[in-house]
Amino acid sequence: MKPAEYYMRDRLHHPPAKSENYKTSVTRSPQYALLSLENSLSEITGPVFSHSDIDPLDNDLLKNYSHGGDPIGERIIVHGRVLDENARPVPNTLVEIWQANAGGRYRHKKDTYLAPIDPNFGGCGRTMTDADGYYYFRTVKPGAYPWRNWVNNWRPAHIHFSIFGAAFAQRLITQLYFEGDPLIAKCPIVQTVPDAGAIEQLVAKLDMNASVPLDSIAYRFDIVLRGRRSTLFENRLEGN
Amino acid sequence: MKYLKETPSQTAGPYVHIGLAPRAAGFDIFKQELGRDIAGPNAKGERIRVEGCVYDGTGAPIKDVLIEAWQANADGHYAHPEDGREIEDGFRGWGRVITDFDTGHWGFDTIKPGATPGRNGTTQAPHINLWIVARGINLGLNTRMYFSDEDNSTDPVLNLIEQSHRRQTLIATRSQGDKGVTYRFDIRIQGPDETVFLDI
Ligand SMILES: [Fe+3]
Repeated sequence: MKPAEYYMRDRLHHPPAKSENYKTSVTRSPQYALLSLENSLSEITGPVFSHSDIDPLDNDLLKNYSHGGDPIGERIIVHGRVLDENARPVPNTLVEIWQANAGGRYRHKKDTYLAPIDPNFGGCGRTMTDADGYYYFRTVKPGAYPWRNWVNNWRPAHIHFSIFGAAFAQRLITQLYFEGDPLIAKCPIVQTVPDAGAIEQLVAKLDMNASVPLDSIAYRFDIVLRGRRSTLFENRLEGN
Repeated sequence: MKYLKETPSQTAGPYVHIGLAPRAAGFDIFKQELGRDIAGPNAKGERIRVEGCVYDGTGAPIKDVLIEAWQANADGHYAHPEDGREIEDGFRGWGRVITDFDTGHWGFDTIKPGATPGRNGTTQAPHINLWIVARGINLGLNTRMYFSDEDNSTDPVLNLIEQSHRRQTLIATRSQGDKGVTYRFDIRIQGPDETVFLDI
């Protein structure tokens, strides 16, 4: 394949760097304009992963930290496809997730929330998309948890997602929320995203058809990474 | 033509380590954590260490940051099918680095990359591409690290920076100690001496 550029990132679709209501961003946001680059080889390449990098059990959070039992909580399936802006699947790409347990507590030495640690729940997983861009995790539904921002802020139940794509320019970290959660509308982190339609893209939909009867309920979450041109322009990006 | 929109970014949050570096979060779960070895055992070129700190707008070190590095090998080849040129066995060119929770210091070992092709037949001075995420960073920040002992004067990206004194924010300082060559690269997220960040 000939190298071709990725579409410009639509920064109006993403949260601005500085969002007053998400206090930590105030001192962690650049104040000068970003320098816009046309893609070179440095941006259209990125790390390549294979199945040998991970373990088949890594996508099963019900079992991947089992110490003699299953974690407590609602058993759920989170699945979907990784696509690009041209609606083409992104195959063989690494997807990593992390989350709190059913009580809203993270297995992290810096988390001091009073909800208990679950001895059978690590809270992280990873998988590779298949040839159709499809991925699948099994886990428990995370609990909401309080955080220090305003005095009574609560994060809606969420799962953190890290996705690579085929190029460093496609790298993305985001969060999945659950359809129907009343905390979504009240969360200063969700609301850093300026556009209601964009927030809707972060909400996983209940997917009864993918649920396993008498076992696990399913949520569908499709992820879109930046797309790219199919043709080279005259202003050539030359590989070698 | 109907296009999809990119999924919006959300902050990596304070507990990014659970997913991407669980040992730092305090537990062992995966048979291998990814991004610990950037260059692999067979890499050609000069072995170097890169160290630094990320500072917020008040000048305080950011202690919960995660940085990813993406670089070419010593010949300037990226380990990627769209580069396609030869690469040593075991060279991935990608690393994941976290800071010390107490001091905010970070560091990684790698090899010094070679010059890479730029657009329109130009050559880019050797550099390491960096991506920075943390609590309070709503969309990962891209930047580049160049090397103080290289001729960076014709680099097409550095030369795009209008305020020429700001180019210095992308150049790591080389020093030779008894343990080898170290480059110091501090990143300032905000303020008058703010690092130049890139919209790639
Ligand atoms: Fe979280």
